[in-house]
Amino acid sequence: MLEVRNLRKTFGDFVAVDDVAFRLEVGGSLAVVGESGSGKTTTARMIAGLEQPTAGSIAVAGKERGPGRPRGAGRRARAREIQMVFQDPYSSLDRRQRVRDAVAEAVRLHRPLRGPALAARVDELLDLVGVDERQAGSLPRALSGGQRQRVAIARALAAEPQVLILDEAVAALDVSIQAQILNLLAHIRTTTGTTLLFITHDLGVVPHICDEVLVMRSGQVVESGPVPSVLREPQHDYTRRLVASVPKPGWKPRRRAQPPAA
Amino acid sequence: MSTAPAPVLPSAGRTPPVRRRRLDTATLAAAAVVGVFVLLALFGPLLAPHDPNAVDPLGVNAGSSAGHLLGTDDTGRDILSRILCGARASMAAPALVVLVSTAAGTALALCAAWFGGWTDRLVSGALDVVFGFPGLIMAVLAAAVFGPGLAAPVIALSIAYLPLVTRVVRAAALKERSLPYVSALGLLGASTPRIWLRHLLPNLAPLILVQATIGFGYALLDVAAVSFIGLGSQPPAPEWGLMVSNGAPGILTGQPQQSLYAGLMIVVLVIAVNLLGSGLSRRLPGGAA
Repeated sequence: MLEVRNLRKTFGDFVAVDDVAFRLEVGGSLAVVGESGSGKTTTARMIAGLEQPTAGSIAVAGKERGPGRPRGAGRRARAREIQMVFQDPYSSLDRRQRVRDAVAEAVRLHRPLRGPALAARVDELLDLVGVDERQAGSLPRALSGGQRQRVAIARALAAEPQVLILDEAVAALDVSIQAQILNLLAHIRTTTGTTLLFITHDLGVVPHICDEVLVMRSGQVVESGPVPSVLREPQHDYTRRLVASVPKPGWKPRRRAQPPAA
Repeated sequence: MSTAPAPVLPSAGRTPPVRRRRLDTATLAAAAVVGVFVLLALFGPLLAPHDPNAVDPLGVNAGSSAGHLLGTDDTGRDILSRILCGARASMAAPALVVLVSTAAGTALALCAAWFGGWTDRLVSGALDVVFGFPGLIMAVLAAAVFGPGLAAPVIALSIAYLPLVTRVVRAAALKERSLPYVSALGLLGASTPRIWLRHLLPNLAPLILVQATIGFGYALLDVAAVSFIGLGSQPPAPEWGLMVSNGAPGILTGQPQQSLYAGLMIVVLVIAVNLLGSGLSRRLPGGAA
């Protein structure tokens, strides 16, 4: 479904992403993990088309994604290949546009629906993400972070994308809301068959949603493989440290050394 | 894609209440004053008790009376009628300046912010050059070159006001453009005009409105100043700046009513417009509550 080959991105002399390659099958779910500055978001933005790669290629369903922004029908066709949900739920929606209108606009860009047919499709998408009628009529400022992220997911799904990229989509949410959104994504994956690319710095959430994981550090892939084997038997020292840093039941923070008495 | 409803999903939770900031009393009062002036501009000639250009050699420089509530000028013309009839000309020229500079400045700002690169450098560089010329000087030079009248000063002031509008709107547009919802719309396949007209402009509109409101106050003073020095509206047109100028000799001879009342209209309108602009700016995101 999604094939990335030798992806590279430089900003001046700084190499943000270097020789990243992976393959994601139809309906698959890949997590890209790494610390801040590891290049995972830049990789996601290049795949989505928000950044131009310095080198390398990206193909969706065997079709290469060319540089630049296509026009008209080509632009909408590209939108049906890949959609993205962003980290910050507070600025992911137009603050002047009601939730229902935001989703309806996304639907209308891809389907020639009007009136009751459009309303039915919007309701279907909002039901899928668990947004009720009252929230659908609200402006984004009336919604919590988790509610806004649900709306952003519904809007992305309106394009019926083959691949959905979630760029730290649960990072700004508290733990209980994170769990709700992860359950929602798992449900969407099962229901719609959408391929997921999950960008996160939190290895703890990966087993809940992904089958495969790719670990990045300093712009390069240091390890990749099925989630259970990478988490149980990490091969790279950096992955071992990432796994060890995930809080577990019974985990106690190490006490800091006491400052010397004056 | 099949998207059957999912009854097992938890709902998105309760919606938090939203509180909206209300306009303060000073801003509401300023809006009311500006509203009255706009009504005067629209219906002033209908309300005028006399012909604004009808001279009365027997009643020159008369004080307030039942027939002439604000008195008469040095040719016996009714000052109240001239003020009422002059509202339209006095406010139309600065409104035109603000309209042209705001429309052109917003378009330039959106182009600069959206396309970036050489477009941004070209727009910013050109406007830096224009910024070096004071608006009033440009208006006076335009009137001196193209002849007296309001057309040349209005065009010159529109150009002179461009850099300020463009800079303010460009900064806001750059910030708006960087927000994820704009990227999301692009990814969804929305066209650039659609994103500009349906999303960027409505979100920038409050800022543009505030900028235009404040700009109107400055434009009113500049247009009045051009008329005051005799290069704007020409006699016998009733225009407030020109009336201040025509009545100036009367100040020395104890008949200040023409300059006084026309000047008062300018001052009150400028203060009201500035208060309104400040009040509206406080309601913008990031403005002091």
